[in-house]
Amino acid sequence: MHLLDTLGVDVETRRSSPVLISLFITCYNDTLFPGTGRAVVRVLERLGHTVEFRESQTCCGQMHYNTGYHPEAVRIMRKFLQDFRGAEVICVPSASCVAMIRDHYPKMAAEAGMEREVADILPLVFEFTELLTDKLGVTDVGATYPHSVTLHTSCHALRSLHAGDRPQRLLQEVRGLDYLQLPASDQCCGFGGTFAIKNAEVSTAMLSEKMRSILETGAEVCTGADNSCLMHIGGGLSRQRATARCVHIAEILASEEGHE
Amino acid sequence: MSIRVGESAEAATFPKAAKKLLANTQLRRNVRRATDTIRNKRAKVVGEMPDWEQLRTAAQQIKQRTLRNLDSYLEQFEKACTAAGGKVHWARDADEANKIVVDIIRGHGQKEVIKVKTMTSDETRLNKALEAAGIAPYETDLADLIIQLGNDKPSHIVVPALHRNKSEIRQIFMDTMGLTELGHKPEDLAAAARDYLRERFLRVKVGFSGANFAIAETGSVCVVESEGNGRMCITLPDVLITMFGIEKIIPTFDDLEVFLQLLPRSATGERMNPYNSIWTGVTPGDGPKEFHVVLLDNGRTRVLADEESRETLHCIRCAACLNACPVYRQTGGHAYGSIYSGPIGAILTPQLQGMEHSTSLPYASSLCGACYEVCPVKINIPEILIHLRRKIVESGGAPMTERMGMAVAGFTLEDSGRLGAAQKLVQLGRQPLDALGLPGWSVARDLPAIPTESFREWWKNRGAR
Repeated sequence: MHLLDTLGVDVETRRSSPVLISLFITCYNDTLFPGTGRAVVRVLERLGHTVEFRESQTCCGQMHYNTGYHPEAVRIMRKFLQDFRGAEVICVPSASCVAMIRDHYPKMAAEAGMEREVADILPLVFEFTELLTDKLGVTDVGATYPHSVTLHTSCHALRSLHAGDRPQRLLQEVRGLDYLQLPASDQCCGFGGTFAIKNAEVSTAMLSEKMRSILETGAEVCTGADNSCLMHIGGGLSRQRATARCVHIAEILASEEGHE
Repeated sequence: MSIRVGESAEAATFPKAAKKLLANTQLRRNVRRATDTIRNKRAKVVGEMPDWEQLRTAAQQIKQRTLRNLDSYLEQFEKACTAAGGKVHWARDADEANKIVVDIIRGHGQKEVIKVKTMTSDETRLNKALEAAGIAPYETDLADLIIQLGNDKPSHIVVPALHRNKSEIRQIFMDTMGLTELGHKPEDLAAAARDYLRERFLRVKVGFSGANFAIAETGSVCVVESEGNGRMCITLPDVLITMFGIEKIIPTFDDLEVFLQLLPRSATGERMNPYNSIWTGVTPGDGPKEFHVVLLDNGRTRVLADEESRETLHCIRCAACLNACPVYRQTGGHAYGSIYSGPIGAILTPQLQGMEHSTSLPYASSLCGACYEVCPVKINIPEILIHLRRKIVESGGAPMTERMGMAVAGFTLEDSGRLGAAQKLVQLGRQPLDALGLPGWSVARDLPAIPTESFREWWKNRGAR
């Protein structure tokens, strides 16, 4: 439980004063889902905070690390640490990249002799929904989104970040949004990075179960904090010409009356 | 050395085997149903334990301590077991183990052996060696019997025949037990198996078992089971041979208290196993007159030597990781080409074999972490999978296309200018990508619409707008 929850501090009174937030967009959001980045900027600025984007940034190294390419991953980590040196708060709209940083950087740092730099940066790194609920103290971000929505909690958000009900709390404050609970929500969607390609057949079988759960809810939209899973699930829904689509949670939270 | 894990060295790669199994929808439904049932039962009985996390930590620490001093614990076990009238044999690999067992049975002039609860004998391919020596092995654990009679392979660590449903089992019994009629209810099937097995329990003079735990302090061996067939196997014959991997040692009798709470809840969702057998050496006038222990290495010291992944040897074979695994759920155990399937199999089989075979297994995971979450001895399976992938890459075992792709991606991601240029290329490739798709990906998934502008471009142009 978050410290502030234990103190019973009211959401409104614990709302943070303006913060300078450094956006780590992540490589695939940057390349494939810039709309998610624009949405993050919109939400944070609407809440009165300032967003900076350090243009030298690239990636967290997750793909290399998870596939067994450690020297490359260490070089990318080194770059991340350099790029974000001196940042106040780092916002990452991807739970799996945050999990990479939190779970694996300390061990990699020990091998690379960078323990200090990693220890310094870890408390500054927040996944987007975590940043809103824990650091900025908001659940109502002033959004309107008149659609039925179900939530896919990625394995990294669930088991590494222990996201709990944070994303759900944010969604339930959105005006017009009809929240529908996803059955078997702790079951992996089958993305798994290079797993989706190396074991495409099994990945697809897992996806088929996940899509059935999503369609069972009747929701128009499946959301989550990871565009990687959502690209996989959304790609499957699109291939089936199903009447549901995937949208990153930042894009829902950025939506306003007449402007999605 | 003839270190091997069953036939896994010759098995098809995971993706190939999986593809075939995915077409067997009956098998997949059986697996899904069975794992769902066990998983729910487990969650219920684990949920009622207020000290579950402490128990997990205790078990992890006992195992860590054991492995740090395994050599002395093994010798302590040998001494205590010998003092109690047992005979301890040391087997470096599969062939040595099989020879020891065959020689003991031959030494008594016997032609049959009843077997129970032994995965290590699958590892060493003992049944094949026995048959070659003219000795008939009879599996007596109900599930193992189904597998043996059906000329099948185990697909689960605790419930080896979980991929079979009751009508399939009925058919196997009808075909192999010489029955003219047999009911359809589970009780009818159990009764048929009982008749078939009782006759063998009473006739056969040699028993063979595995072990769940072996206690260094007392030289005792512990087997837990649900049917009572194990109890028959270890008490009725004149001669008993028990074989287990050297990692099954625990230091003291008190340590059992931790494991006997964790194992049944994790394995079958029971608070306690129906049968818990613990015996020490030979007791005159009660049970077997002769007791042999075969301590099997078969690659385990190799696993022990790697500090990063030695906790693989903590495993108590509860199979909670299989029941929780979304990959296993789709394919069942046969895809892993080894008696050890699921997440634990994906890390154990390749390590036992020295990473020379089964190198597709460390990739047979989406790294979702469900296995680590349920593991009663806290084996960080996802971390070890990544470690093994790293070993494969470092030894040059990864495919050329992947190595090149990763090198290019690494070079690109080390500089934002290069990343920006690569993004331009992706944008230019929008039409061909859309038309041709991505190999692997596009079998079942459309690609997302590729944007005309990356985020960094948008940010740069933002002020100008």
